[in-house]
Amino acid sequence: MILQVENIEKKFYDPIEFKVLNGISFDIERGEFVTLVGKSGCGKSTLLYILSTMDTEYSGRLVIDGEDVVGYDQNRLSAIRNEKIGFVFQFHYLLTDFTCLKNIMIPALRLGKLTEEEIEFRAMEKLRMLGMEDQALKPASKLSGGQQQRVAIARALINDPLIIMGDEPTGNLDSKNTQIVFDILQELAHVNKQTIIAVTHDNDFARASDRTIEMMDGRMV
Amino acid sequence: MNINRNIAWTYFIASKKMTMVAILGVVIGVSIFMFMNSMAAGFDRTSGESFFKTTPHIRVYKDDKISQPLKEESNSKTLIVNPKVVPSINTIDNPMDWVKLIRKQKEVTVVFPQVSCPVFYNNGKSQITGTTIGFDPVEADKMFRISTFTVQGSIADLSTHQDGIIIGSGIAEKMNLLTGDKINMTSSKGINLTLTVVGIFKTNNSKEDKTKSYVNLATGQQFLKENNAYVTDINVNIDNPDRAPQVAKELTNLTGYKAEDWIAANETYMAASRIRKIVIMFISFTLLIVSSFGIYNILNMTVSQKINDIAILKAMGFNGGDVIRIFVYQALTIGALGVILGVLLALILVQALQHVYIGGDIGYFPIRFEAWVFVRGIFIGLFITFLAGYVPAKKAAKVDPVSIFRK
Repeated sequence: MILQVENIEKKFYDPIEFKVLNGISFDIERGEFVTLVGKSGCGKSTLLYILSTMDTEYSGRLVIDGEDVVGYDQNRLSAIRNEKIGFVFQFHYLLTDFTCLKNIMIPALRLGKLTEEEIEFRAMEKLRMLGMEDQALKPASKLSGGQQQRVAIARALINDPLIIMGDEPTGNLDSKNTQIVFDILQELAHVNKQTIIAVTHDNDFARASDRTIEMMDGRMV
Repeated sequence: MNINRNIAWTYFIASKKMTMVAILGVVIGVSIFMFMNSMAAGFDRTSGESFFKTTPHIRVYKDDKISQPLKEESNSKTLIVNPKVVPSINTIDNPMDWVKLIRKQKEVTVVFPQVSCPVFYNNGKSQITGTTIGFDPVEADKMFRISTFTVQGSIADLSTHQDGIIIGSGIAEKMNLLTGDKINMTSSKGINLTLTVVGIFKTNNSKEDKTKSYVNLATGQQFLKENNAYVTDINVNIDNPDRAPQVAKELTNLTGYKAEDWIAANETYMAASRIRKIVIMFISFTLLIVSSFGIYNILNMTVSQKINDIAILKAMGFNGGDVIRIFVYQALTIGALGVILGVLLALILVQALQHVYIGGDIGYFPIRFEAWVFVRGIFIGLFITFLAGYVPAKKAAKVDPVSIFRK
């Protein structure tokens, strides 16, 4: 079991008190490809940010890779994110002052387990896998949306995380690129045994995943 | 390169124009700070040097006593007295014994007895008023370094000529005297002597040059119509002039005579010098602080521009400390460049001003390269830079990535 969620609740207080998550519990196995679906405002993104350890204001239990992370301080959570979790965001979110290659390398440089040459080699490998190797030295700001999204995926993969989380990972891609990304994610889950958790609006994408968690008004359906 | 420094460097390069302005601010702040403090140190040094040409660190002398009212007894009537200076001779008893004793004290480097006597230098019908000092020329040279400012003849000649005299350049000019010429003088005690000029000195203090002369101790005593045990002052020099007040206190306790340190003797001057130091310190410090505003500005701007980047970095596992380091590195890079260029500019300024002729008693502008001023400037400059970077960096570290991603 890679991720254990037990009775997670969260309230928003602004502008009025509002229970956005209400008793969410589920387990995710290693190598599972899970999608979170639901109407906007149902709390799926909020749940994803809690799972990602970035949001710590909730009640309940969250166990990642056997570690109960509730009550961990920010530095320990950062270390967990760095090593065990990869992110792909809705709006690609690259560092625009850096090249694509550097963007991909940064999480690995932060982790500091490999030398810079090794990291660069691995980053190029990831780019090649996503068909982006010829864009490696371009500044991130010079790429199209779809290209940026693929670079962001490469960056999420660089540290071989146990869990890859995506907030609409295919949100800005055309159907061809969506298919490419989906195939990559599926391969990561089934071949590399990495766990994928993705929030999506794309029903085809969700249907093709191993498991779909549907949410409505802060509850699982 | 460490990834935090790498990111800092990228941000540093990315905003070239503002970075340049921030660096320029530090350059000016640091260089003016160093320049002004070098100037203050230069003033202190020159005034110290010119002081010690004529003033010992500590002067031991017999202070005037004020008459005390008669002992009051319980059954006697109150006596009204008019306090006044008790008439007594100003001599120190057994001066040579005291000199020997003081010389044995630690920290003391030079000790010698002297007499001073008001005199008139007779120049035909007109007279120049002044003071003559009688001492042992060898010891006196060790203290005042008279040989460094004698322009004609030498202090050593005074030892070999019992009737010799060394006069200030102002007197020599007025009376048209050269070494080897005779000079006729009358003391306040009415003694008239004719002495041979063996040297002429120029201290750059025109008042001294126009009034003062040096003679042998015996000649001085002769002017005062006194025997060879008559000594008005014992001059004492110590290792560190700044310790003079403490040592003076010890000497007062030791001898029972009044020991006055040079700082107390020049109270007014020292107060003025302190005020000058405070003003210079205040202005230069203000400049340094203002110069750090540029850094604060650029970092604040970078933090708000890069708030997305900060959120992403935090999502990828950078912690608050990493974020602080990134922005502090950026600030310190600006600061370090500013300080390096500031040191260069300060060196140029100091060098240039050294060659500016002011004239008068001072001569060239009293400024020189003072290593400790520069070291202090470098440290304070970097410290202020650090603070200017730390405040915005702290703000950046507090960025909540979720609130950014939700927008």
